[in-house]
Amino acid sequence: MENHEKHIREPFFHIAKRDTVVWWLAWLIRIASVAAALIVCAIVTVLLTGENPIQVYITMIDGAIGTERRIWGLLQNTAMLLCVSLAVTPAFKMKFWNIGAEGQVLVGGLATAACMILFGDKLPLIVLMPLIIAASIVAGAVWALIPAIFKAKWNTNETLFTLMMNYIAIQLVSFFTYQWSVPKGSGQIGVINQDTRAGWLPEIGDNDYLINILIVAALTFAMYVYLKYSKHGYEISVVGESENTARYIGINVKKVIIRTMLLSGAICGIAGLLLVSGTDHTITRDTAAGRGFTAIMVSWLAKFNPLVMIFTALLIVFLEKGAIEISTIFGLNAAFSEIITGIIIFFIIGSEFFINYTIKFRKSKGGAAQ
Amino acid sequence: MGANAAIELKNITKTFGSVVANKDVCLTVNRGEILSILGENGSGKTTLMNMISGIYYPDSGHIFIDGKEVVIRSPRDAFDYKIGMIHQHFKLVDVFSAAENIVLGLDEKDKFNIKRSAAKIKEISEQYGFEIDPMKKIYEMSVSEKQTVEIIKVLYRGADILILDEPTAVLTPQETQKLFAILRRMRDDGKAIIIITHKLHEVLSLSDRVAVLRKGEYIDTVNTAETNEAELTEMMVGKKISLNIERGEPKDPTDRLVVKNINCVSREGVKLLDDVSFTARSGEILGIAGIAGSGQRELLEAIAGLQHLENGEILYNNPKTGTHDNLRDKTPMQIRDLGVRLSFVPEDRLGMGLVGNMDIVDNMMLRSYRKGHSMFLERKSPKSLAEKIIEQLEVVTPSASTPVRRLSGGNVQKVLVGREIAASPTVLMAAYPVRGLDINSSYTIYNLLNEQKEKGVAVIFVGEDLDVLIELCDRIMVIGSGRITGIVDGRSTTKEEIGLLMTKTQREENGGAL
Repeated sequence: MENHEKHIREPFFHIAKRDTVVWWLAWLIRIASVAAALIVCAIVTVLLTGENPIQVYITMIDGAIGTERRIWGLLQNTAMLLCVSLAVTPAFKMKFWNIGAEGQVLVGGLATAACMILFGDKLPLIVLMPLIIAASIVAGAVWALIPAIFKAKWNTNETLFTLMMNYIAIQLVSFFTYQWSVPKGSGQIGVINQDTRAGWLPEIGDNDYLINILIVAALTFAMYVYLKYSKHGYEISVVGESENTARYIGINVKKVIIRTMLLSGAICGIAGLLLVSGTDHTITRDTAAGRGFTAIMVSWLAKFNPLVMIFTALLIVFLEKGAIEISTIFGLNAAFSEIITGIIIFFIIGSEFFINYTIKFRKSKGGAAQ
Repeated sequence: MGANAAIELKNITKTFGSVVANKDVCLTVNRGEILSILGENGSGKTTLMNMISGIYYPDSGHIFIDGKEVVIRSPRDAFDYKIGMIHQHFKLVDVFSAAENIVLGLDEKDKFNIKRSAAKIKEISEQYGFEIDPMKKIYEMSVSEKQTVEIIKVLYRGADILILDEPTAVLTPQETQKLFAILRRMRDDGKAIIIITHKLHEVLSLSDRVAVLRKGEYIDTVNTAETNEAELTEMMVGKKISLNIERGEPKDPTDRLVVKNINCVSREGVKLLDDVSFTARSGEILGIAGIAGSGQRELLEAIAGLQHLENGEILYNNPKTGTHDNLRDKTPMQIRDLGVRLSFVPEDRLGMGLVGNMDIVDNMMLRSYRKGHSMFLERKSPKSLAEKIIEQLEVVTPSASTPVRRLSGGNVQKVLVGREIAASPTVLMAAYPVRGLDINSSYTIYNLLNEQKEKGVAVIFVGEDLDVLIELCDRIMVIGSGRITGIVDGRSTTKEEIGLLMTKTQREENGGAL
């Protein structure tokens, strides 16, 4: 009998696809999801550490924007992450899964460092700077071009290929940091041309980060226009949406893949340039600092819209900075801050589900509800 | 009637977002009866059946089986109630044999005893008259054999309520007759059979009763013996429409496209086109008939510059310059650069002809975006073209900036055909242009093709409904296994003649083997 009753019962809920959502409801869902994330984080914080969650959040905000120096740091880091995100966006829009931005940034940085070290005191600045810029762009572009050619000609899997190219780039950097290490054999390059500042990007006023931020802002706008209003951008969308349609209307798919990856790699090269010549003035294996992968998330969250990416990049850097502050102030280990970041990003991504689908609960009628 | 009702639906409603797929549908199917569910595409037939077979769950309403209310939450529940559905798109594992596919997913103890299963399959086949080799692999099978496997699969599970979703869409007239004979035998055996279709003559020849749906709403159920085609159409469409296609005489036809001995081989080495030769003339509609997948797609794609050919030539007689250009192995760009105005409505509308996620304006641009030397796009003229097509072809859309995937099938097709015609072609190729379209949209498309014919365009029309091909086309070319098996006059041929030509190569091969 029990078994039979079970059969009669309606399922507790079922999922139905939403029609198009009005924009305000979509944003309401997103805001609600962030609120929910903060509540869950608060519970986790109390359970794991016994700290006051409000205090934790205040510390987080303080860590990200507490002082003027921190605000500049936040903006600089956002700009760098945004720059790499801009680079991967055209490739991802074309459904070319370029997860090799990390390596492309590194070789761009390596080319910059090489020029600074080898020619820093040999060439006048007017020759050196264009050389550095050209070298970093070419290095990044070549690193992206190799998997692109293999994909276009022999349809190799670009995901694995670009990933493997990352490891080669990391080992190249390891090799050269040993070669050029100061003092010899220490395995570290240290600040390059500290006295002459040859090959350093100029400061604007007395702010060392402003030039990076301005360059990335210009790139953001240019990428937005390129994707939305140029013929190339249109071709990227068509190839990404349906390669068959592209063939049908006579787009040379191979050419578009190669051209787009050249662009993607070139921007990664610029990111390497900005990191090495603009901020760090040195290079290590960690110069890219995982931005090549975080950038993918930034780009997806913004649905490949460069203007929206400003906000998604800012959000992620904000969370990272805040999380680091939490672990130092409360003496928690770094893993805890990553738990917090993870929970918040999980909720943000999860909100997309509720934007596209709605959950219908069983209508309670008679005693059926329990 | 209530006594032997196998399944009864009461006030079933199902919505997807704001789209009401089924609204208050009531339906009864008796044992020992074939019920047709008739309705245009998008009228909610398949959704309704998916709720019976456990794929969707209704928003409200009740389902009764043998008079008892039931809840069907999953295909497994449906199977427990002995309901079996044969889907339009087969769900079989290619590298498995028929028997392996049939026992797949069964909860039986010795399901891996293939010999016993094969014996049981034989038994079922003999009972109803199927012809099947249980050990044959799916990838070696024809479409109709695959369908047989699907039917036996549900019978093997003991189903006595069978639902068939458009089973004849992929069959030749002869195969359809065979299937109908089997279905009648099952009916006489006391099974309840529901068949979804939109082909009127099949409804009339097969079913005992017909239930009509229109735009998700249940209209009525009538006894087949007491109705006729005109009445059913009216119920289905909601108004009286004439089902005649005007066919004018071709005006001074000249050879526009001459295809000579072309061959095409797939990557696996299978011959897709085998020594195909024909001529398409201006001012006439050349129909292409054949079982789906007989090389129609490859033929059109070869002409459009999308398919590599082994040999042969495709000559285009340019009416402006008088030159004869060979289009073989040229890219679509090179063909356009030659001044060949070739339009192509491919079979896969959203996967090839259009980009589903782009709006109507951007889809208009697909053909024209390269114009001019600027690096940037010019969206003004595609926008006015989009608005013109929306107005002239009565495309139902919120605006020109709506993504085309949100439009209904008929409107998607109007956008695509509209764009291709806007290029004022001299050759227009259309592959299954009315597949999935409702009657009104279908006739809009037929009229557009006829208009092009009158303008002197060489129209090539690949169709599946033989009645339409015979009514619309001036000549009909039949293709079977990549070979041209005959070209007949549309005004004097019969369905039977075309049906025989469609399977001619198969029979020759079988005959040769014996």
